[in-house]
Amino acid sequence: MLHHPKQIQAVSQYPTRWKKPPFIRRAWLRYGMYLFISGYLVLGFTSVEINWTRVAEGIPRGWIFISAFFTPDFLSRSSDIWQGIKESLTMTLTSTIAGIALSIPIGVGAARNLAPAPIYLACRSIIAITRSFQEIIIAILFVAMVGFGPLAGFLTLTLATIGFLAKLLAEDIEDIDESQTEAIRSTGASWLQLINYAVQPQVMPRLIGLSMYRLDINFRESAVIGIVGAGGIGATLNTAIDRYEFDSAAAILLIIIAIVFISEYSSGFIRNRVQ
Amino acid sequence: MLRVQALSKRYATGDQALGGVTLTIPAGQVVGLIGPSGAGKSTLIRCVNRLVEPSGGSIYLNDIDLTRLNHSQLRQARRRMAMIFQEFALVERLTVMENVLSGQLGYVSFWRSLLRQFPAAAVAKAFATLDRVGLADHIDKRADTLSGGQRQRVGIARALLQNPDLLLVDEPTASLDPKTSRQIMRLLTDVCAEQQLAAIINIHDVALARMFVQRIVGLRKGLVVFDGPPESLDATALTMIYGAEDWTGTIQETECQPDPYVQLDPMTQSPLVPA
Repeated sequence: MLHHPKQIQAVSQYPTRWKKPPFIRRAWLRYGMYLFISGYLVLGFTSVEINWTRVAEGIPRGWIFISAFFTPDFLSRSSDIWQGIKESLTMTLTSTIAGIALSIPIGVGAARNLAPAPIYLACRSIIAITRSFQEIIIAILFVAMVGFGPLAGFLTLTLATIGFLAKLLAEDIEDIDESQTEAIRSTGASWLQLINYAVQPQVMPRLIGLSMYRLDINFRESAVIGIVGAGGIGATLNTAIDRYEFDSAAAILLIIIAIVFISEYSSGFIRNRVQ
Repeated sequence: MLRVQALSKRYATGDQALGGVTLTIPAGQVVGLIGPSGAGKSTLIRCVNRLVEPSGGSIYLNDIDLTRLNHSQLRQARRRMAMIFQEFALVERLTVMENVLSGQLGYVSFWRSLLRQFPAAAVAKAFATLDRVGLADHIDKRADTLSGGQRQRVGIARALLQNPDLLLVDEPTASLDPKTSRQIMRLLTDVCAEQQLAAIINIHDVALARMFVQRIVGLRKGLVVFDGPPESLDATALTMIYGAEDWTGTIQETECQPDPYVQLDPMTQSPLVPA
């Protein structure tokens, strides 16, 4: 034998205490950061100005709005509500499908392990631009460009879907098991065959899950961007609130909640099935 | 058939993985490539099919210099050298049949492969090969439902579907138990003999290599330090490849190796006589 394992020493020679080393090793930096953060929090809280008289005046108005939920009025504006819901659902579905169709090529192009550098940079820039603005701001821009109505909403949500889906798809592709890609590449497969045989099977379940999730988000967003004029149920909701018709507004909110619940439940169900 | 001349590889990190390897392998010869971790075994076989780009030297397969091929010529050349992987590298979410047929990707158009419409001869060959490797009952199962040994059989079948002249085998048994390892090595060497395939098998288990291959090449720090029949691999040679160790166990193990086809009585270690 060339190796002789060292005999274990008598146990009493070893320390009996052990502590996990701190995340920030330098003590002055660690305590300095604690001090800085707590000081910042104190300053932040003391700088908030709350006008308690205005809060007190607002409470009864808030109560009127909340009590409307106990007497929601689905009927007197039913045709407007129905019209808004139809518009929102159409906007949601079309923009999600268009968004997915555009996200896939952009997402593949933005995956560093598949795309050459110029295409990678171009696709990453598209994603960065589509993600840099909140939906409402994009909606305002599109309303200014194409006028009031669901077309502006459709364009907004399509763009938002690209920013969301293409980014997450690209990241998922970058995380795939490279050995499977290597194996398919070594058979002499072309680039498209590589995508179809090695990449697609690995990312498909997550792509389906994310698409369902985005459908969900797009419906909720369609209600929000309607408020700035991009059509759908949000426009109806905005009108109802402007007219102080809180019972109609409550009805609309209840319908939105119900639809979100349904889509949440069904998308969760589908996501579980495709794993 | 395969001629490697003064092949060198330096990674971008500065590590010299191969420092001028020259090696000739005639058609139908099975070579075991041994050496310590980091000796460049994996780099050597990946340079042959250019999953890793060589930095210098040339590689001739059937008198074609693989290092000078452009992208589409390389894809054509890759069809003739099939790779088998340590972790099997099957596409987990595809069926056994799809994995095996992916060996044909270099021969069929993208549309055929997308629609899984492979030529009749390829499909027949896939069925025959799956039967040969003993997986006729698992054809439509998903690859991730198989055991390790079964997965490596799929890996071998996929390689054979490429109609290769050469198998590049990277640690085929490192993830398998000893019995399955022997079965896989036997299957590999048997199909090579049946189809007159040459093979380079990277392998850690020296005893296993001695049992199954016709020639052993020892690599150390990117250079060939041993090349000869398994019988001449003695303690001196092993020390040259791996460094000083007590090698008697490794050499004895293979010398006392019973015929793998004879079953031993677990109590007496004497061969069981069939009743």
